[in-house]
Amino acid sequence: MMNNLFLIAGMEVQTWTYILVGITFAIYIGIAIWSRAGSTKEFYVAGGGVSPLANGMATAADWMSAASFISMAGIISFAGYDGAVYLMGWTGGYVLLALLLAPYLRKFGKFTVPDFIGDRYYSNTARLVGVICALIVSFTYVAGQMRGVGLVFSRFLEVDINTGVIIGMIIVLFYAVLGGMKGITYTQVAQYCVLIFAFMVPAIFISIQMTGNPIPQLGFGSTLSDGSGTYLLDKLDGLSTDLGFNEYTEGSKTTLDIFAITLALMVGTAGLPHVIVRFFTVKRVKDARKSAGLALLLIVILYSTAPAVSVFARTNMIETVSNQPYTAMPEWFKKWETTGLISFTDKNNDGIIQYVADESKNELIVDNDIMVLANPEIAKLPNWVIALVAAGALAAALSTAAGLLLVISSSVSHDLIKKMINPKITEKGELIAARLSAVVAVCVAGYFGINPPGFVAATVALAFGLAAASFFPAIILGIFYKKMNKEGAVAGMIVGITTMLFYMTKFKFGWFGGGEKADWWFGISPEGFGTIAMLLNFIVSVTIMKFTKVPPKEVQDLVENIRIPSGANEAVSH
Amino acid sequence: MKSKKDPKGYWRANIKYVLILLAIWFTVSYGAGIIFKDELNTIKIGGFKLGFWFAQQGSMYVFVILIFVYVKLMNNLDKKFGYDE
Repeated sequence: MMNNLFLIAGMEVQTWTYILVGITFAIYIGIAIWSRAGSTKEFYVAGGGVSPLANGMATAADWMSAASFISMAGIISFAGYDGAVYLMGWTGGYVLLALLLAPYLRKFGKFTVPDFIGDRYYSNTARLVGVICALIVSFTYVAGQMRGVGLVFSRFLEVDINTGVIIGMIIVLFYAVLGGMKGITYTQVAQYCVLIFAFMVPAIFISIQMTGNPIPQLGFGSTLSDGSGTYLLDKLDGLSTDLGFNEYTEGSKTTLDIFAITLALMVGTAGLPHVIVRFFTVKRVKDARKSAGLALLLIVILYSTAPAVSVFARTNMIETVSNQPYTAMPEWFKKWETTGLISFTDKNNDGIIQYVADESKNELIVDNDIMVLANPEIAKLPNWVIALVAAGALAAALSTAAGLLLVISSSVSHDLIKKMINPKITEKGELIAARLSAVVAVCVAGYFGINPPGFVAATVALAFGLAAASFFPAIILGIFYKKMNKEGAVAGMIVGITTMLFYMTKFKFGWFGGGEKADWWFGISPEGFGTIAMLLNFIVSVTIMKFTKVPPKEVQDLVENIRIPSGANEAVSH
Repeated sequence: MKSKKDPKGYWRANIKYVLILLAIWFTVSYGAGIIFKDELNTIKIGGFKLGFWFAQQGSMYVFVILIFVYVKLMNNLDKKFGYDE
């Protein structure tokens, strides 16, 4: 008996990972079989009867991607104060969503975002522009997710990264194709529970270890538990400046750029089709509002913990590696070296790791993604906690990928085929088309996951700029400006997304002559440029509108109608 | 039934709430967390510099509160104007 217990406690990380990942995958597949979609309405909007809490959890899981789970805390731990752009940007958007979009789009009561654009702007041109924008935004985003899945599989299950992507594809395919929005919603509820548990457990452990405070949000503002009476943040500021980095709590970006990036991320969040569409699944307008609040609350649990994890991980990392002999590095260091995410070149051949800001002297390169994935190992936590992080990271990546794939497949089957190419398609035919396009979308996403176009990491952040530049103004004007017409909206969306595409390809991929940081317009980075492109969209829309015909009476009546919460029918296709 | 209702009044009240809440949204995040960060950083609460705390913690908590205040205000407004269901 005792022997067995010791066996369990001492089980290897990999065994634990197989067990935990296996159990969670079995749950997801079980839910998918139980919640098969029988109609297009179930496939697109889960039948429109999801409770606000379930929708809040699903939205939170949908929203928190591999980037939030794996990369964000790591990015913050290297960026210090500047990391606030992600924290505020990716949460503040929900205020805009709850106050300006969700209730009205729910009242409008259709299946997709291009649906709203097409009906509100009474034109199939507008609908087509909407479909194209939705596809560009969703594909740039989903490729990064599949890559995240591959990364976790390759590190924790020690399979080839491509095999990892393929396993992930099969799982997503299974429940997205079978269950549509209904299957996705209920698996996302389960995935939220897995990912939040997996994120919080190590954070709480480490917070107790370092500061004695079990609440990480308070822990990183507390004094160290070593009895020195020094505040953790003061210590980290000291460590950072000693090594030549900026003070952790100060950051290095310009105020204008911080402002622009935060705004682009907020507005982009509110304009992302896979987030907006979640609010079509609840019953009433008031449920949509409440559900947005619950979603943000559930997201903030992770997002307020992330900056604490960043501080713990950064302090631990510096203390473990800085000025230590390479031969004395713990096991995790060697393991992560084989994945290439950490690398050491002994420039001065003294066998000691010099980790400093000065690039000519720095000998250690650490990838952002390690901070969360290796954090439990760095802090010497039990093996089951390390395995739990793998299951959580997979939950985060799969739930977001599934949500995006649904947007892609419904854009094709509903907006393109049903609304534009073949309006006479039967309900059954449309459902088959929806499932087929989901299959194609998974394959395309998997292709990008296996052959990442080099700029995947960069494009995930840029997807927000694209959403900000295209959808946000068109939807806001559509609700709050009755006189906005199709000419204005279409011109605005095209100018907005084209300018954004131009700027990001110029400064990120070197097209159109490329350019350096010094050439940035107004000193604004490509990540923050969505703000400028969005303003341009607003200006172009309003200007063009002034010189063209006002929208027809029925459209103006439609706008009056969506402003009133009562009488929201369940989402219908006419 | 419809004639008793006042959609214009309802919309005006809604816009007023939204503008007030968005003003707070802007003040905590862009104001306290970004523009006035350096001034606020001279104040320390526990180990946190205040500007840093608003940027990495405080503004997120305020965001959550803002949405729930909005939910409450709008539910009351729906009842007052007879749009509750």
